[in-house]
Amino acid sequence: MNSSQLLGSTTFIFLLASFLYIGIFVFRARKLGLIASLASLIGFLVLTAGIGLRWAESYKIGIGHAPLSNMYESLVFFAWSIIIFYLFLEYKFKNRLLGAFAVPFAFLSMALAGLTDPNIKPLIPALQSNWLIAHVMTCFVGYAAFAVACGLGIMYLIKDTNVEKGKEKNPDSLLATLPALTVIDDITHKTIVFGFLWLSAGIITGAIWANSAWGTYWSWDPKETWSLITWFLYAAALHARFTRGWGGKRIAWLAIIGFVSVVFTYYGVNYLLSGLHSYGGS
Amino acid sequence: MMSENKNEVWAFFASVKLALFTFFILATTSIIGTVIPQGKEMDFYIQNFGAGTAKLFQVLNVPDMYNAWWFVSLLVVFSINLMVCTIDRFPNIWRLVKMDNLAMDLERIIKMPKRQAYSAEMSVADLNREVMSVMSATSWKFQSAEKDGGTLYSAQKAPWSRLGVIAVHVSILVIFLGAIIGSALGYKASVMITEGRSTTAVYAHDGKSTPIPLDFEVRCDRFELDVYDTGAPKEFTSDLVVLKDGKEVYSKSIEVNDPLQYGGLTFYQSSYNAYENTYVVELENNATNVAKKFIIGPGREVKWPEEGVAFGITNRMGPGFMGRFRHKIWFNDANGSPAQFWMDEGTPVVVERTGASYNMKIRQLYATGLQVTKDPGVWYVYIGCAMMLLGLYVAFFLSHRKIWLYISEEGAKARLHISGTSNKNKLGFDNDFAALTDLLENNESLKLTKE
Repeated sequence: MNSSQLLGSTTFIFLLASFLYIGIFVFRARKLGLIASLASLIGFLVLTAGIGLRWAESYKIGIGHAPLSNMYESLVFFAWSIIIFYLFLEYKFKNRLLGAFAVPFAFLSMALAGLTDPNIKPLIPALQSNWLIAHVMTCFVGYAAFAVACGLGIMYLIKDTNVEKGKEKNPDSLLATLPALTVIDDITHKTIVFGFLWLSAGIITGAIWANSAWGTYWSWDPKETWSLITWFLYAAALHARFTRGWGGKRIAWLAIIGFVSVVFTYYGVNYLLSGLHSYGGS
Repeated sequence: MMSENKNEVWAFFASVKLALFTFFILATTSIIGTVIPQGKEMDFYIQNFGAGTAKLFQVLNVPDMYNAWWFVSLLVVFSINLMVCTIDRFPNIWRLVKMDNLAMDLERIIKMPKRQAYSAEMSVADLNREVMSVMSATSWKFQSAEKDGGTLYSAQKAPWSRLGVIAVHVSILVIFLGAIIGSALGYKASVMITEGRSTTAVYAHDGKSTPIPLDFEVRCDRFELDVYDTGAPKEFTSDLVVLKDGKEVYSKSIEVNDPLQYGGLTFYQSSYNAYENTYVVELENNATNVAKKFIIGPGREVKWPEEGVAFGITNRMGPGFMGRFRHKIWFNDANGSPAQFWMDEGTPVVVERTGASYNMKIRQLYATGLQVTKDPGVWYVYIGCAMMLLGLYVAFFLSHRKIWLYISEEGAKARLHISGTSNKNKLGFDNDFAALTDLLENNESLKLTKE
């Protein structure tokens, strides 16, 4: 048993879990709920074991480092963060319908990892720093929250089509089973707040790391700039809500647009733009 | 007296609308610099974008857009907005933090959206005593005042949490201050130092490499390049020594992510440069323990008169494993005929001679590439960053919660009102409030009746 087998298998566990969660939603098969939760929990545990094993393997081949250093490893960690964040929400809000809008993101991240070079590579000198761990972890906890917020935003917009003046247009509709709009709105907002704190921490740990590696905490590198753009977007969303009372559809759309910016910061920049973080392109 | 006009300007800069607008403009214009490569020569832009567009780029300073006048102006507007906004809102926030909750209008208190009223079969004095004994077991600390014939108690938690948002706003200004101090009083430079040599100047990153004299001397005693089996660099290490008036005052072995700091400057390991056909030979006489370091080229005899030794490199093979060379050495001392042998770069050998032996090591001569930064603003930036995280946490996750109890006598009955409010996290406060009312309702000695 090696780490790639473990990590590869979680792709399918998350796919299965996604189907189950969507199944609960589409067929109102509440009985599937426990199986779906169990599947994502098992997926989470296997993924955790896989990450741990990969960590150990890197030491075994003499180039030991935390598995957070390249595109493959960051996608795996992204999936891990999404699933743990989702499981927390499911536990806290006792609602499995969120799963249909969150767990597929974990599957997508693992599927993308499957298309990426999984070899354990030695670290170049600049990456040999504890700030690497702090930076990647803080960023991805934030990204995971934004992924879930995006799922919640989509959920809100879908649900909204069935609501008129605070009442369900069609009480028998599938959409009536989703949490109330005000509840979705509240969770979306809280999730964005949580993500924003971690994104800020991610940008700060990155700046401290850059300063300790080459004496410049900010260099307007494309990735840095895009993280700032993302930060501005969410800052705008939070200000609009706190001071102008934005909510509902507008915050749902901002959650989706914000996540598009996150995906571009994380994934697009590596392939489309050049810069310090361009490990993904090579 | 403030003029009408001044008020308008103030209101403009204090508005959240302006903040949202600035966020949007900063975010969208920032994209330009990530799409159009920065810091290239004019020819590059002419070739890729055409002469006309390149001219426009020049006018708008697109090749260095994050320092361009218009982008900096946007940041200035952003800062003024932040400052005015914060000053504008501060008095109100401070009033809420400092507010005397006992001085509030009783009508307002007992009509809070979150409230409950009870009556009790006991005297007002007993109810006062019992309720306070129940409350003393909670984390709420009450103050009291006589009001409209009854007693009003108030308690609050984390009133200062309202300052979190101020802390976040100020933190951004502190970070900007640090950046301004850094760019006004600091510089970025670099220098290459050959092993065994020293420098008393560094060269500015100003496009002209202007020398900046140091008030001390930095020497590189050793540079080592460690590589992986694949040949990729694993670590660069430089042993640096700081000298002042010829005396060694500080030394440190630096690597990437672990710089040397001295005299307000930081020296970062950033690159290296191998000298073609030049080597460092370390030689030690095992009998006398005298050692010496030589910098040599191939095909040249090197003498060590103190030890009566002469040697040289006569041939070279490679590069082989991990990019290293093998060298053929010619070696002679006072005893016997000269020895000839092959040795690997980096691997020490013992040269056995009649009556003596020598440790010998040969390696490539490098110059170490150092990035040099003077940034007196960096600590302001760090303090700002810490303040921002703390402020965000306080602003988002803590809330100012208030509870009032009012005990009075109404128609021969003792009555208890409880009400409360929270500026954030209403759901969490609902639980707090329910915990308090449960505590009161379930208390045997109180025997409250809900009204």
